[in-house]
Amino acid sequence: MQSAIRFILNGEDVTLGDFAPTETLLDHLRLTRRLTGTKEGCAEGDCGACTVLVGRLTEHGLRYEGVNACIRFLGSLHGTHVVTVEHLAARDGTLHPVQQAMVDCHGSQCGFCTPGFVMSLYGLWLSNDRPNRAEIEMALQGNLCRCTGYEPIVKAAEQVAENRPSALFDPLERDRTEIMAKLWAIRSKPDRIVVETPRVGHRQAGHHQAGRDEPGQNQAGGPDEPARTILPASIEDFAEILSENPDATIVAGATDVGLWVTKQMRRIDPVIFIGHLSDLQSITEDETGITIGAGVSYTNAFDLLSDEIPALGRLIERIGGQQVRNVGTIGGNIANGSPIGDTPPALIALGADLTLRSHSGRRTLPLESYFLAYGKQDRLPGEFVEKIFVPRPRDDAYYAVYKISKRRDEDISALCGAFHLTLDEEGKVETIRIAFGGMAGTPKRATHVEDALLGQTWSWGLIAAVRDLFDTDYQPLSDWRATAQYRSLTAKNLLTRFFLETAGAGQELVRFEMEEA
Amino acid sequence: MDKSTFDTRPAITGPMHASLRHDSAHKHVTGSAEYIDDIPDPAGLLHAALGLSDRAHAKILSVDLDAVRAAPGVVAVMTAEDIPGENDVAATGQHDEPLLATDLVQFHGQPIFCVIAETRDAGRRAARLASIVYEDLPHWTDIAGARENGAPLVCEPMTLRRGEAETEIENAPLRVKASMEIGGQEHFYLESHIALAIPGEDDDVTVWSSTQHPSEVQHMVAHVLGIASHAVEVKTRRMGGGFGGKETQGNQFAALAAVAAKKLNRAIKFRPDRDEDMSVTGKRHDFRVDYDVSFHEDGTIHALDAIYAARCGYSADLSGPVTDRALFHADSSYFYPHVRVASQPLKTHTVSNTAFRGFGGPQGMLGAERIIEEIAYATGLDPLDVRKRNFYGQPGSGRTLTPYHQEVEHNILASLVDELEASSDYRARREEITAFNEQSPVIRKGIALTPVKFGISFTMTAYNQAGALVHVYNDGSIHLNHGGTEMGQGLYTKVAQVVADCFQVDIDRIKITATTTGKVPNTSATAASSGTDLNGMAAYDACRQIKERLIDFACRQWNVTKDEVEFLPNRLRIGDEIVPFDTFVRAAYYDRVQLSAAGFYQTPKIHWDRKAGRGHPFYYFAYGASCSEVSIDTLTGEYMVDRVDILHDVGRSLNPALDIGQIEGGFVQGMGWLTTEELWWDGKGRLRTHAPSTYKIPLASDRPKIFNVKLAEWAENGEPTIGRSKAVGEPPFMLAISVLEALSMAVASIADYAVCPRLDAPATPERVLVAVERLKQM
Repeated sequence: MQSAIRFILNGEDVTLGDFAPTETLLDHLRLTRRLTGTKEGCAEGDCGACTVLVGRLTEHGLRYEGVNACIRFLGSLHGTHVVTVEHLAARDGTLHPVQQAMVDCHGSQCGFCTPGFVMSLYGLWLSNDRPNRAEIEMALQGNLCRCTGYEPIVKAAEQVAENRPSALFDPLERDRTEIMAKLWAIRSKPDRIVVETPRVGHRQAGHHQAGRDEPGQNQAGGPDEPARTILPASIEDFAEILSENPDATIVAGATDVGLWVTKQMRRIDPVIFIGHLSDLQSITEDETGITIGAGVSYTNAFDLLSDEIPALGRLIERIGGQQVRNVGTIGGNIANGSPIGDTPPALIALGADLTLRSHSGRRTLPLESYFLAYGKQDRLPGEFVEKIFVPRPRDDAYYAVYKISKRRDEDISALCGAFHLTLDEEGKVETIRIAFGGMAGTPKRATHVEDALLGQTWSWGLIAAVRDLFDTDYQPLSDWRATAQYRSLTAKNLLTRFFLETAGAGQELVRFEMEEA
Repeated sequence: MDKSTFDTRPAITGPMHASLRHDSAHKHVTGSAEYIDDIPDPAGLLHAALGLSDRAHAKILSVDLDAVRAAPGVVAVMTAEDIPGENDVAATGQHDEPLLATDLVQFHGQPIFCVIAETRDAGRRAARLASIVYEDLPHWTDIAGARENGAPLVCEPMTLRRGEAETEIENAPLRVKASMEIGGQEHFYLESHIALAIPGEDDDVTVWSSTQHPSEVQHMVAHVLGIASHAVEVKTRRMGGGFGGKETQGNQFAALAAVAAKKLNRAIKFRPDRDEDMSVTGKRHDFRVDYDVSFHEDGTIHALDAIYAARCGYSADLSGPVTDRALFHADSSYFYPHVRVASQPLKTHTVSNTAFRGFGGPQGMLGAERIIEEIAYATGLDPLDVRKRNFYGQPGSGRTLTPYHQEVEHNILASLVDELEASSDYRARREEITAFNEQSPVIRKGIALTPVKFGISFTMTAYNQAGALVHVYNDGSIHLNHGGTEMGQGLYTKVAQVVADCFQVDIDRIKITATTTGKVPNTSATAASSGTDLNGMAAYDACRQIKERLIDFACRQWNVTKDEVEFLPNRLRIGDEIVPFDTFVRAAYYDRVQLSAAGFYQTPKIHWDRKAGRGHPFYYFAYGASCSEVSIDTLTGEYMVDRVDILHDVGRSLNPALDIGQIEGGFVQGMGWLTTEELWWDGKGRLRTHAPSTYKIPLASDRPKIFNVKLAEWAENGEPTIGRSKAVGEPPFMLAISVLEALSMAVASIADYAVCPRLDAPATPERVLVAVERLKQM
C-alpha cells in the first residue's frame, strides 16, 4: 500500500501525500501552486473557465482531455499529466498557434473565460487535425463566454483548422515520449493508495454540520479520525474496500459528486476513486449487444455507440460539455439515480441490463428496476455498478431519443423521451418500449401508453387515440426547467414526432447540413 | 545628429480609427492578465462570507451566531452593530438598502451577517450555522403579485406626454389594448464580484474592487466606515465582465471587506461563490407593458397610452433611472402623434434590480416593437412596412419630436434600414419563408427586420463628466489614467489610441494604468455606453494641455512660430529640424516644462427637467438594424437562429475590430435575454436559477448559424465627439429584438398571420409552444 499519489503538473513531477479527499484541482492550482491562469467561474463544471487538460494512458496511448478543474478532485489525478494554460506558450513567450489565433481574431474581451477557451481549443488541436464547424462547436459546448457572442472564438478555431500552423515547440508533442514513460512508471505497479489527512483542516472545517440530511451523506468516522482518499489497486480490491467501507463515496468523473462538495459543502469521505481502474473502462460489442464498463466516459463510449445506435450518439453529443463528457460516465449517470439523468430512459427503452458487483458476487437486473423511487435505488451496501449491457436493436427496429431542454446544448433535460418500436408484417406494433426522464421521480416507462399501442396497427389514428394516456403514466412537476403542462404536452407531441419519423415524414431542426457535419 | 537613427516611419502604431487588438489580448490568452483574485495574498489575509436570509419577507426576532463563532477557522462574525458609520449602501441616496439587515429581511438571500475566517471555505461553511428566528410577513416576488398586494413604489414614477393621448386614442379607426410580459436577466459576468481590502494607517483603507464605479465604492466605503472619502482609495485594473452588474452591486462586498479590514487590522478578501453572487446581486428589471394604441389602416400610429411596470426588488437602487430610460425608449424609432407613457417602479420581495446593458431601454423598445407587431397583424401589412411608416422624419416633416420633447436630429435610420433590407434580401426571403411554411407541417420559419435608436448620455446630467491624468515621463514614455473602467469592452485600448494619436507616438509607449480614485477623483460609472465619449475626450484634453506647453517650449527653444512645430510619427518637425519625441521631451523637462496634466470633459448641450418631462437628455442617438431568420419546431417549441444580418452605426469608428466585438457580443447577449435566459423564483421567494446549471446563457452553438455584421462605414457623428465616433456598448443589445419577432412570425404562421402571437419574453421553447397552441385553438 502506498500513501501518496503521483502525477505530472506541466513540467514538474508531483508527489502528494497530504491532501483532503475533496480538495479540488482548481484550488490546488490557484492557492497552492499560484498558477492563477486557470479561473473559477462557477465551481460546478458549467462555465469552463477552469478548463485544463489531463493526459492519461489509454489503450490508444497518451490521450489529453479537457476537464473542469473546479470539480476534479486531486485524488483522481494519480498517474496523469495535468496541463494548464501557463504551459502553452514557448519559453521565449511565443504564443501557441491557438493562442495566437485567439489574439488575431479578437477572441477575448474581458478575458476571464479566455484561458478556458484556449485550453478547449488546444484539446481540439491535439485530437483533431481539421475540425469542421460542428466539431468546433461541440468542443466549445462546455465553455461560456458572455462578451464576444462566440463568433471570433469560432473564427479563431476555424483559422487554426484551415491553416494549421506548425508549433515546433508544442509542449505536449515535444515531451510526449518522456511523459508517457513517466506515466507508465507510475502505473507499472498497481497498488492500493490510501491518503489520510487530519480532519480539522482548511478544507474540512465545519463539515459536521453541512448538509446532514442530503442523500449520499456519509457519517463514517468521527471528527478525530482522518479523512481518507482511497485508490483501489484493481476491481477486486475495489470490491474489498467497499465491503469494508460501505458508506464510502464512489467517485468516477465527479461531475455530479463535485457539486456535493463545492455547492452543498457535504462531507463525503472516505472517498474511493475508480477512474483509474482499467477493468471498468472497457466497452465491447458482439452480435447480441454492447457491454459498457461502469467507468467508461461518454467520450470513450461515443464512437462505438454512434456507429451502432446513432440515436444514442446524438444524445451523448448533448450531455454536458466536452469537459463533462470526457470524465462523466454512463455508469455514474445510472448509479446516482437522478430522475433527470439523460442516459437511463434511452437505455431502458433499449432493454438494457445492469450488473452490480460486490465482494461476494454479482447480480444482474433490468435497468428499469434499479430505480425504486426518488432518491432510492436497488443498490445494497457494498455493491457497485460494474457494467451495463445494451442489447442490439433489431435491424428493422425504430429507435429514437428526444432530449428537450431550455438551451439546446449543455443543459439538463426538462424531459427526455426514448422510443423503441418493432412492427410485424401487418404493420402492427410487435414490441414497444417508451421511457422518459423528467416526468416522474425516477426514469420511468410509459406502460399505459405501451399497452394501448401493443398489437395495434401503427397509424396516425392510433397515436391520436393513445397520446392522452401519458397523463395516466406521468404526473410531472413544475419547476424552473418547465411547467407540468409543458412536460405533459411535449411528451405526447414526442410520440407524434416519433410516429412521423417512422412514417418517413419527420422534420427536425438541423444546426448543420449533413455534408458539413 | 545622425538622421539614420531617427524613426522615419510614416505612421504610428495604434492611431484612432485603427483595428487594434485589445491591449490585454496577449495576457488573456496566456492566463497572465491579473484579476483581483489573482493578486498575491497579502500577509495574514482573511476571507469574508455572507450569512443570508432564507425568508423572502420577515421580521427577525432573534439571531444566534454562537455556532458560527465557534466553527473552525472563524476569526470574527460581524453584524450591523459592527458597522461604525451608516448601515446603508443605497446608490441613489434613498437610504433603503442596509448593508446588513437588522430587524427586517425583504428578500430571500438578503445578507444578515458576515463571517471572517482563515479560509474562504471555512467562512462559507460557518455561515450556514446561524440560528435565526423569523416572523414571516406576506411576500410577493413579481409584478402581478405586487399589483394584487397594492405594493408601494420604490421611487418617484415618471410620465412623458405630448399631444392628447387620453382623448385622441378614440380618434383613429383601429385600436388594440393588450399587455406584454418581459423577463429580467442575470448579468453572468464570468468573474463574480470580488473585493480585496487592505487597511492602512489612520483611517486609511485601500480596496481593490471589481467595479464599474470606483468613485461610488470609495464613497460607500467612507459612508459605512464613517470616515472621509480621502482616506479611501479604490483600484480597478480590469473586470471579468460587468454589463451593468458591477455599477452599484460591488458596493456591499467592498464595504464589508473594508469594515472587517479596519476592525481586525487584517487584509480581507471577499469573493462570493457564483450561486451567492447570483442570489444577492440585482438583475435586469422584468417589465409588464400595458399598452393601448390606436392607428390607421395604413399602419400609422395615432395615439399611444401605456404603462411600464417594473419588478424593482425591495429597494430603489437604480430603478428610477432604469424605468425612466424605459420611457425614453418607449418610442423605439417611431413618432407618436399623441402619447402618454408612465412608469410604475414596483416594490417586490426580491433582490433589488439594477443596471444592465441598455438600462431599461431594451424593455421600452421591446414594448414598442410589440405594438408594431399588433398593428401589422391587425392590418395584414408586413411589419417592416409598418415600421418604416412610423419612423421619425427628417427636419421639417413635423415628425421629429420625441415624447420627451427632444428633436431627433442627424437621423440616419431610414437609409440604414434601406441598406440592410437590400443587403439581407429581406423581401425575397420573407416570400420564400411564407411559401416554405405553407408546405411544412412541423417546422416553421420566421424573419424580422427591426431598428435600433438609442439615446446616448446619462439622463442624470451631472454624470456626464470625466477626468483623465496624463504624465509624460522624461524618457518619453507616457502614463495614462482616467476615470473609465475596463470590463472587456476595450475602453483602455480606445483611450490609449486617442493619446497615441494626439502625441503621434506608438501605442506601446503608453502605459495603461488601473483606474484609481487617487488619480482621478469624482468619476462617473463606466456605464450608459459613455466610457469612450467621456474619458476619450478627457484624455484628449489632458494631451492638448501638455502639447500646448510643448509647442510653447519648442517655439522658445528653437525660436520658431507655432505653425512651424508639427508632431510627426514618433518625432517632431520644428522649423527645419526633425527631433525624436523622447529627445524632445527630455529637453522640455530640462527646461522645466510641466509634463503632466489633468484633463476634463463635460458633455455639451444636454439638460433634462424630469418633473416637466421636457428637455434634451441625449447628446445624440446611435442607430442600427438587424434582420433575423429562425426556425421553430411546432411540436416542442424548440428553435434555431438560422441567419442574422446586422448593419450598425458607430459613427466614425475609433476601433472597428473592437466595435464589431461589441455588436456581436451585445447581440448574442440580447438574444439570450429574449430566448433561453429565464429567472425563476419558487413559492418561498427563492431564486432557483442561481447558477449556470439552471440559468442558461447562450453557447457557441446558439449563435446565429450565419452571422453577417457590418458597420455603417459611411456614418459619422453629427456632434463633435472624440473622432466623430459613437457609443457602442449598449445599442447593439437591442438588435436582438429581431430574433423574438422572427420567432413570433414563425408562430403566427399557424394562424395564417392573422393573429398577433403575443409571444412574451423570454421566448423559451415552452413559451413558443404555448403560443403555438394558443394559435392552434383559434
